Amino acid sequence: MSKDFDRLLEQLRQGRIDRRGFLFGMLAAGASAAVAGSYAGRVLAADGTPLSTPKRGGHFKLGIASGSTTDSFDPGTYSDNYMQSVGHSVHNFLTEVSNTGELAGELAESWEPSPDARVWTFKLRQGVTFHNGKSLEAADVVASLNHHRGPDSKSAASSILAPIEDVRADGKNTVVVTLKGGNADFPYLVSDYHLPVMPSRDGKVDATSGVGCGAYIRESFDPGVKTVVKRNPDYWKHDRGWFDSVEFLVIADVGARTNALNTGEIHAMNGCDLKTLHLLKRNPRLEIASIKGGQHYSLPMDTRAAPFKDNNVRLALKHAVDRKALLQTILRGHGEVANDHPISSGYRFFAADLPQREYDPDKARFYLKQAGLDSLKVDLSAADAAFAGAVDTAVLVKEHAAKAGIEVNVVREPNDGYWKNVWMKKPWCLDYWGGKPTEDWAFSLVYGKGASWNETFWDNPRFNELLISARSELDEAKRRQMYGEMQGLLRDDGGALIPLFANYVDGISTLIGHDKLGNNWDLDGLRAAERWWFA
Amino acid sequence: MKQTLTKMLLQRLALGGLSLLAVSLIILLGVSFLPGDIATEILGQSATPQAVAALRESLGLDQPLYLRYFHWLAALLHGDFGQSLANGRQIAELLAVRLPNTLWLAALAAVVAVPLALGLGFLAAIWRNGFFDRCVNVATLSFISFPEFFLAYLLILLLSVKAGWLPSLASVDPSQPLSERLLQMALPALTLTLVVVAHMMRMTRAALINLLASPYIEMARLKGVPRWRVILRHALPNAWAPIINVVVINLAYLVVGVVVVEAVFVYPGMGQLMVDSVKKRDLPVVQACSLVFAATYILLNLTADLLSVLSNPRLRHPR
Repeated sequence: MSKDFDRLLEQLRQGRIDRRGFLFGMLAAGASAAVAGSYAGRVLAADGTPLSTPKRGGHFKLGIASGSTTDSFDPGTYSDNYMQSVGHSVHNFLTEVSNTGELAGELAESWEPSPDARVWTFKLRQGVTFHNGKSLEAADVVASLNHHRGPDSKSAASSILAPIEDVRADGKNTVVVTLKGGNADFPYLVSDYHLPVMPSRDGKVDATSGVGCGAYIRESFDPGVKTVVKRNPDYWKHDRGWFDSVEFLVIADVGARTNALNTGEIHAMNGCDLKTLHLLKRNPRLEIASIKGGQHYSLPMDTRAAPFKDNNVRLALKHAVDRKALLQTILRGHGEVANDHPISSGYRFFAADLPQREYDPDKARFYLKQAGLDSLKVDLSAADAAFAGAVDTAVLVKEHAAKAGIEVNVVREPNDGYWKNVWMKKPWCLDYWGGKPTEDWAFSLVYGKGASWNETFWDNPRFNELLISARSELDEAKRRQMYGEMQGLLRDDGGALIPLFANYVDGISTLIGHDKLGNNWDLDGLRAAERWWFA
Repeated sequence: MKQTLTKMLLQRLALGGLSLLAVSLIILLGVSFLPGDIATEILGQSATPQAVAALRESLGLDQPLYLRYFHWLAALLHGDFGQSLANGRQIAELLAVRLPNTLWLAALAAVVAVPLALGLGFLAAIWRNGFFDRCVNVATLSFISFPEFFLAYLLILLLSVKAGWLPSLASVDPSQPLSERLLQMALPALTLTLVVVAHMMRMTRAALINLLASPYIEMARLKGVPRWRVILRHALPNAWAPIINVVVINLAYLVVGVVVVEAVFVYPGMGQLMVDSVKKRDLPVVQACSLVFAATYILLNLTADLLSVLSNPRLRHPR
C-alpha cells in the first residue's frame, strides 16, 4: 500500500498529476482523506507550488549551541536543545505537534477522552518495532510514562505528569490514562520532549540506552562533543528520516558555530548571533530562518513581597518599559512585543482583542500615586544565564523606568547557580520560557496556584478557578472565552512583566530542503533530523 | 651521583603525591562551596524539591561530604576513578578519550613551537639588536599580547573562511588517519604555537645574551674559536637550565591551559570536560581532571629539575 503512496507522491512531485488526482489516487489506494491531505501538503506549498523534492541520502551535520559533557540519553534529564534534538531523532512519541501546529498522532493512532476528559484511551499504531527488534506494545508506553512518575522520580518531567492518577495497558494496543482532574489538552502533553516511548522489560525502561523507534539509530554518543545516528531502515514513516546519517555537534561558541556554517563544515545551526546577523545574511548559500514561536522573556515579580504586593506597583512597572525599544535593541527585531502574558499570536486561543500595553511613563506615575508613592526604588537581579542579553535588558529597563520616576537598581548576579540562588529567590529577576503547545500548559506550569514554578507566587482566585474549569471544558467557544479572560487577568493583575516574544533564529545551508518550519520548538520543533533532506 | 639523583627523584615523587592529595582536598572544598549541587544543576530551571531529593539520594549525595571523599579516595587508590554523577559514565573511559586528545594537541603545538622558539631565540641572540632581532621580537610579542580567542578568530578568518585551506572546526576522531587528524588540528595547534613562542624565544635570547657577555666567552673568542662554536660549545650548555624551565612551563600550559582554544575550535579536550563538569558540579570528574592537571605540572616540573641538574656539572657532581 505504501508503495502506491510513494508512486503517487512521485507523480505529484513531477507534476504528472495534480493535487486532485493525487488525492483521488490516494483514496483509491486505501488512505484516509486526512492522510492523503497531509501527504500532499509535504510536496506542495499552500499555494500549490512544489517545494524542493525530498530525497534520501547524505550525511547531515547540525551545530547546536547547547549540550554538555554531562548529557545523558535519559529523557528525564533533557534540559536543552541538544539532547532534545538527539532524542527526537532516535525516538517517537505518542503524539506530535506538526510543523503547522496541529496535533497529530505519532505512535498513537487515535485517542478518545471520557466525557469529563478525565480518562484518555490511546490506540497504538500497529507494526512499529524498536531498534532492538522488539514490537511496540502498550506496556512500553506505560513503562515509559512511569519512568517519570512516582515519589522517587528523578525526572525533570515529574511535575508535568503529576496530574496523572494511573496509567495502564488495556491489551497490547491500548493505553488508558486516568487523570486526577479533567484535561481536554492531555494528548498535547504527551508530545513533550521528555516523554518518548522506550522499549520496556518487566515494566521498566532502560532510559539511557537511546533505543527507541525513531527515524535514526544511535551509532556513537560522545557527550558534549558529538552524537552520530544512522538511518533506521525499518522506520514506519516512509516520508521522514531522509538522511543516511546525522551528526549532532555541540558548538557552544557562537563564533565557532557561525564560522563552521560559513565554511560549509556544518549544514545548519541554531542560535544565530543577532548582532552579526546582517553579515551572515550576505552569504548567498545560507538561509536565515527566524521562527515566531512562543518563547518569551519575562521579568517575574514576587507578588508576596513589598512593593510588588501592590498591583498598582506592578502596573506602574509594566507601563514603564518601552517594549518596542527592547525588541529593536535586544532582539534586533527578531521577535514580537508581548502583553504581560505568555500567549503569543500562534496559540489557538490567543486573545487578539486584548489591547497591547504601551510605554506610558505618565500612566506609570499615575499607578505609583494610586499605590501612595511619589517615587519607587527597586532592585532587579540580572544575569545572562536568564537569556542572552538579559543584563542589557535590565539596563534598558532602568533607563526606561527612570522617565517614570522609578529607580531600578540593576544587581548583577553570577550566571553560575542563577536558577538556584536568584530565580524564585530574589523578589525581581529575569528569566525565559519556551513556548508550550497549549494555553493550559503555559498557565498551569507557571501561573496556577501551587505550580512548582509559580515564579511570581501569584494567587488569583478567579484565574485558578478558570484554569481548572477551562482544562476540562471540551466546548471550543467556551474555552476561547475563558482563556481570553485569563490572558486579561495576567496582563492586568499578574506578577510577570513579559515584554518580548523571542524568535528562534537558525541558519540553514541552501543545500538543505525543508517544509514549513515548526514553531513549537527551535530547529523545526526539534525534528530537523527527521523532517529535513538534502535538496 | 646516581644515588643522589635517585634519592631526589623519590623524594620529589613522594612530595608530588602529597601535593596531589592536597589538590584533591582543595578541589573538594572548592566545589562544595559553589552554590547548588549536581542535582539542582542537572535539573536546572525544572528542579522540583521532590526530584532534587530523589536525584540526590540515588547519587548518594545524602551522605556527608567527608564520607564521600574517603570512599572516592579509597577507590582511587585501587585505580578506580569512579563514575560521572551526571550520566554514570566511567571516568577512566572519559579520560581515555579526552586526555590523548589534549596530549596530541599539546604535542603537535610543542613539536612546532619549541624548535621554532629556540631557533629564533638563538638567532636573535647572535644578531642581537639587529633588524632580524627586532622583527622577531615585535612579531612574537604582538602574538602573545593578543588574547588567544582573537588570534584564533583571526586565523580562522584568514586560513579557513577566506582561503579555505583549513577546517575551522577541529573535529577529531580516533578512526581518522594521521594526515586527516593533523589537518583537523592544524589551526588550534598553530594558535597555541603563536601564543607560546614568545616566552620561550625571549628566554633563550636573554639567557644566551647574558652568557655571551661573561669573561669566559670573551676568552674563547680571544683565543680564536669560531662564533657558532662559541655559542654551541661554550655558551649554550650553561644556558640550558633557564631555557628548560621556561620550555617546561609552556608545555604544562599547553596541556592544562587551553580551554579557550578548545572552545573556539570545538576541540574535545580535557579543558572542556572540566568546565562542563564544574558547571554541573560533577565532583568525581572535576577531581579526576584536576588530578591529571596537577600531576602534569608536578611531573613536568620534576623533569625540568632533573634536566637542569643533568645539564649542570656542578650539580651533577656535588662535592
